[in-house]
Amino acid sequence: MLKKLLPVIEHALKKPIWDCRMCGQCVLHSTGMTCPMTCPKTLRNGPCGGVREDGNCEVKPEMPCIWVKAYDRTISLPLPKVWKEHYNELRPPVDMQLQGTSSWINLVTKRDQQTPVGWAAPDGKH
Amino acid sequence: MSVLREKLENTNDVVFTAEFPSVDGAGMAGVEKNVARLAPWFDAVNATDNPAAHAHASNTTTAIAMKMHGLEPIMQIVCRDKNRLAIQSDMMGASLHGITNISLLTGDDVTAGDEPESRRVFDIDSAQAINIARGMAGGTYLSGRAIKPAPDFYIGAVENAAAPPFNYRIQRALKKHRAGAKFLQLQICYHPDRLEAFCKGVAEVAPDLKLIPTFLLVKSAKSLDYVHNKIPGIDVPAATIARVRNANNQRDEAYKLTLELARHALSLPGVRGLHVTDFRHDDSLVEFISDLGRRPRN
Repeated sequence: MLKKLLPVIEHALKKPIWDCRMCGQCVLHSTGMTCPMTCPKTLRNGPCGGVREDGNCEVKPEMPCIWVKAYDRTISLPLPKVWKEHYNELRPPVDMQLQGTSSWINLVTKRDQQTPVGWAAPDGKH
Repeated sequence: MSVLREKLENTNDVVFTAEFPSVDGAGMAGVEKNVARLAPWFDAVNATDNPAAHAHASNTTTAIAMKMHGLEPIMQIVCRDKNRLAIQSDMMGASLHGITNISLLTGDDVTAGDEPESRRVFDIDSAQAINIARGMAGGTYLSGRAIKPAPDFYIGAVENAAAPPFNYRIQRALKKHRAGAKFLQLQICYHPDRLEAFCKGVAEVAPDLKLIPTFLLVKSAKSLDYVHNKIPGIDVPAATIARVRNANNQRDEAYKLTLELARHALSLPGVRGLHVTDFRHDDSLVEFISDLGRRPRN
């Protein structure tokens, strides 16, 4: 029941504010409360090289680059220090299996922290 | 070991890299012609991956053809056209043919190309792709499945030193370095002050990261206008375009400008080489790197 209800509530709340795409692995806290899934390239680790001189998006010239926004907000918003420190963390690939599920549940169960074994593999000889 | 890696990691030599012209219809004869032109002058040359979102012969097959004919490839992989499975198989396939220089980048959007109706993939981003390459070089696919022996990748990436958010670009370079990138080819940049701030900043936080700024040879103010207006993420200051436009000989002035920018770049901390690209392949490419002190290899 909760598994069905929570995604509906979560989407109803987060869609109007952050244009939430229900990736199920929310990172808003570490991106200055700016959703990286609204980037046309869905980049989770910072801006691409195509950002325009005015700070707008390569793909949608009328839209501010979400990573420019995320950077500005991380600095200017009164967010907890630990959230700000997470801004440049390496975020793992999106787990497509979580699409449409509640990130709240995935946060509590720590399902959103599971990554494939090879993600955290040790360095090779290179 | 790749020449690029050997030079960057074990010497203080300045490296020169270039862009291999996209392969469409000219077959192996076309590849041979371009290899003959580039091989004496460049340490390694990029095998691009559908640049500017235009379809061409694939990155892997181009890299194999280059290597077959004696030119060391830097195989690029962009995140636009392939999901994580396909990107890993690109890398494994390259390794099968002895290709070890791999450069991972986001890629221009499909709307930059001639088939804007395409689906964009971006299943993973460049930093994630770099970390996956690092994992593969350590002996595992992303899933954790073993690769024995592990491919001997020399991992690179691309960064734009001069696009917003300016203050974050150094941190992003650091993120890519931490994920596994050993060298960065930088986007074309007409703001020497921004390039300088970036290189100095990177040299402080990631002194081992090798920086290779890119320079574009153009012949006229019109070309600079094109770059400014059409290539995502590249701003050419109005004064720079005016300098070329108002010159008696635009070609000479554009050349002089690029040479000045390149010499400045080579003086910056962390800069270990130059990447050179041009619109129309002509003699100025060789003239350019000769003027920067490059001599043909034996």
